[in-house]
Amino acid sequence: MDVGYEDLLLFVNAATAATGQREFHSGQASQTLSLDFLHEYIRGNYPEVYAAVLALELNDHNAARVIRHLLATSGGGELVSQRLARMSPPRVYALFRELRAAGVNNRRTRAVLRDWLRARPDLAFDAVKYRAGLKSAVRHAHLKLEGELPDFLFAPFSRQRYETPILEAWRRAHFDKEALYSLPYTVAEGFAARRGIKREVFLERIAPKLTRLERLRLLESAGRAGTDTRADLAAMPLVRLASYVLSLPVAERAARRAELTGALSAAAVRVAGKRAGTWGRVAAVLDDSYSAFGSPVKRNRPLAVALACDHLLAALAGQYRAHWVSGTVDPLLVRASGPSPLGMRLIDALEERPERLVIVSDGWDNAPPGLAAEVLRVWSDRLDRAGEVRLVHVNPVYDAERFEVRALSPLVPTVGIRDAEHLPALVELAQFATGRTDVADLLAYLERR
Amino acid sequence: MIEFTGLVAKAPQTWGGVRLVPLVRPEPIVDLRLHPKVYGDELSVVALPDRSAYVAYVPHAFVASWSEDGSPAAAYGTQLGEAGPREHIPVQQRRGMARRTEPNRLRFLPLHLALEGFLSLHFKGPSIAWAEWSQRALRHGLSPRGEEAYTGAQVRGLDDALRVFEIHPGQCGVAVYVSDALAAAFVVPHQEDYRALHPTLVRDLYGELIHDYAWYHPAVRDFPVTLDESRIASVADLRSEALRQAEEWAAFHATVMAGGLHASHWDEIYRMGRFTLRRFLPSFERDTESHLGETITTDDGRLAYLKTFRLSEPQRRRGYLLTRLAAHDWNLAATATALGCGVAELGVRLERAGFGHLLRQDVLDGYRKAGR
Repeated sequence: MDVGYEDLLLFVNAATAATGQREFHSGQASQTLSLDFLHEYIRGNYPEVYAAVLALELNDHNAARVIRHLLATSGGGELVSQRLARMSPPRVYALFRELRAAGVNNRRTRAVLRDWLRARPDLAFDAVKYRAGLKSAVRHAHLKLEGELPDFLFAPFSRQRYETPILEAWRRAHFDKEALYSLPYTVAEGFAARRGIKREVFLERIAPKLTRLERLRLLESAGRAGTDTRADLAAMPLVRLASYVLSLPVAERAARRAELTGALSAAAVRVAGKRAGTWGRVAAVLDDSYSAFGSPVKRNRPLAVALACDHLLAALAGQYRAHWVSGTVDPLLVRASGPSPLGMRLIDALEERPERLVIVSDGWDNAPPGLAAEVLRVWSDRLDRAGEVRLVHVNPVYDAERFEVRALSPLVPTVGIRDAEHLPALVELAQFATGRTDVADLLAYLERR
Repeated sequence: MIEFTGLVAKAPQTWGGVRLVPLVRPEPIVDLRLHPKVYGDELSVVALPDRSAYVAYVPHAFVASWSEDGSPAAAYGTQLGEAGPREHIPVQQRRGMARRTEPNRLRFLPLHLALEGFLSLHFKGPSIAWAEWSQRALRHGLSPRGEEAYTGAQVRGLDDALRVFEIHPGQCGVAVYVSDALAAAFVVPHQEDYRALHPTLVRDLYGELIHDYAWYHPAVRDFPVTLDESRIASVADLRSEALRQAEEWAAFHATVMAGGLHASHWDEIYRMGRFTLRRFLPSFERDTESHLGETITTDDGRLAYLKTFRLSEPQRRRGYLLTRLAAHDWNLAATATALGCGVAELGVRLERAGFGHLLRQDVLDGYRKAGR
């Protein structure tokens, strides 16, 4: 295995898991610094690959960084537009604003910007919801918008009325209480505050306008106020749903057991799609130690990933058995607490000789330290020389000090994970981490994607 | 040596130069619990048994509204009993400070007061009014003297080590090592008490030695497990080998890591039900670890409560002088003979150790002159 190959895997793993936010073991500053270095290092040494990684499951945070750099220098191309199309609009507008601040204004940047805006389903909606972002993008790329939009963005009150309903609603919301309820929630909220509308009344009436995620987020506070925003749980992305479940008090989770478990399973089956039931006998070691709490800014994120993987693996496997680190058998009531006896749980899981063993953990093995690595070493040296049990470790946490996601053992491939949806693809990627392939294969794999 | 009877040492968790060894109780002691007032607002989250079913204790220097009028006061010495601490010192709050501290938050007394109290609890001062001792020493004992100590927050890396520490189920204590020197051992009877008090360890006091070690040795290594693969032929072997390693560590911790925790002088303070509160002092011998502290033990010999403070080398020397004096009823001549030096020499030694104010000024001047 040559060095370049290791570097690349390390970068891909990091760029999948890291978000530059505070983690359990390291602060925000060191996370950002460490990630900055890694980006700098890879684009300095492997510029051609730096563009190609966009095809992989990098998280939005890192994808935005890569794109920003590609547009500022020469590189990118089709991949950039494709990736932008998958990103959330606020993040794209933020990226455009960063490009503007950095003074990146070449022909390709303007083209990418124009194409992205052209592909937006409803630019008038964007003009209301992301007013500042769109304005800045239009200015930056010298775009000529059509119809009422230029007036709306740059001289909003120059017109007596707008023909486009949403623009007109925005104009009227400045003096008409009723009009604000046809605006998007984030915009209406500001108007409601200015009008002094009571929160309960506001939530009640704005409910039809909420997006899925807003609905999920407001479920709790609105529920307390007696309003039902009716989130369709099963339609949520898997990890979001898991995060939502973990945000509930244990008693409430138990009370709504059927509903929550049903939603999690339904979401998992949807993600598994055609692959459902094809993975054979699968065992999982899932980390619910105290460090799975993450940090206040990404509360319970590692635990949510583990919970989502639990349901996803149950859907993918023919026969499935989960081993939570704390020993709990009820995943719905799982809490981040206690030490991480990963080694003992690995022994429990290996005892059944599954076809595949998936470990979801931040890699901090402390009860006792290093037992997991030893178990895995002895296992592959003496008990399973042929490698019949396929092992993979997915890690949701980027270790800023080591510039990688923390591995349990060099013998087991470790990949970074952010959304449980990507688990099947990541397990595929993990084969490159075992050292049986080389850079050419990896590049070919990137090419295929 | 202080036995950790009824407690098992689990694998240590290392962060920088700090190693925290969790002490787990397979069977918790349910009839000795933190005084309900200690829990303050957080009382609702713990399920305390019926009041008649347990004896309450209050750790030394613990601040709560002990007095009648509800103003904050600190427990003076660890105490047993339902009524709350009989001996407590009022804590004056400055207006600015009062606003910042939340009411009923678990907290201990400001450090310097706590340590002074600790030392004067252990050393009561001259018991016989020999002519050489100053009036102040006779009246007030050693109490005005403060010892240097640092809060846990000043010990480099300790705050982070405590923050990222993963509390074991059933954990009732912790041994804190800084650069593998035992800084403090802390044991409570019940795991809920431990959970409540774990964050207060960072407000606790640590000796100068620990503070310096943390500065000069910023990292210690983990003790990674190594399995002997020649003995492993099946998963069952793997499991038994792993369990054996855990047992070995527990034994190693008790005999080697915490082996320096000796007490040579015990004072029985109080007895309540089947619990006995004691204070202990080290031997103050050269080249030994000097820990002083308090314990509560049950009648069947289990350790219910333990809190220690490690003295630095100068503090050990001072302690040595004080124990020698105490052993000879504070008689200077007798002590000097026992130490094999002259009275004047002992007087100068006392002054150098920072105890000049205990001797009458004219007597001290005489010793100084004789020394020259």
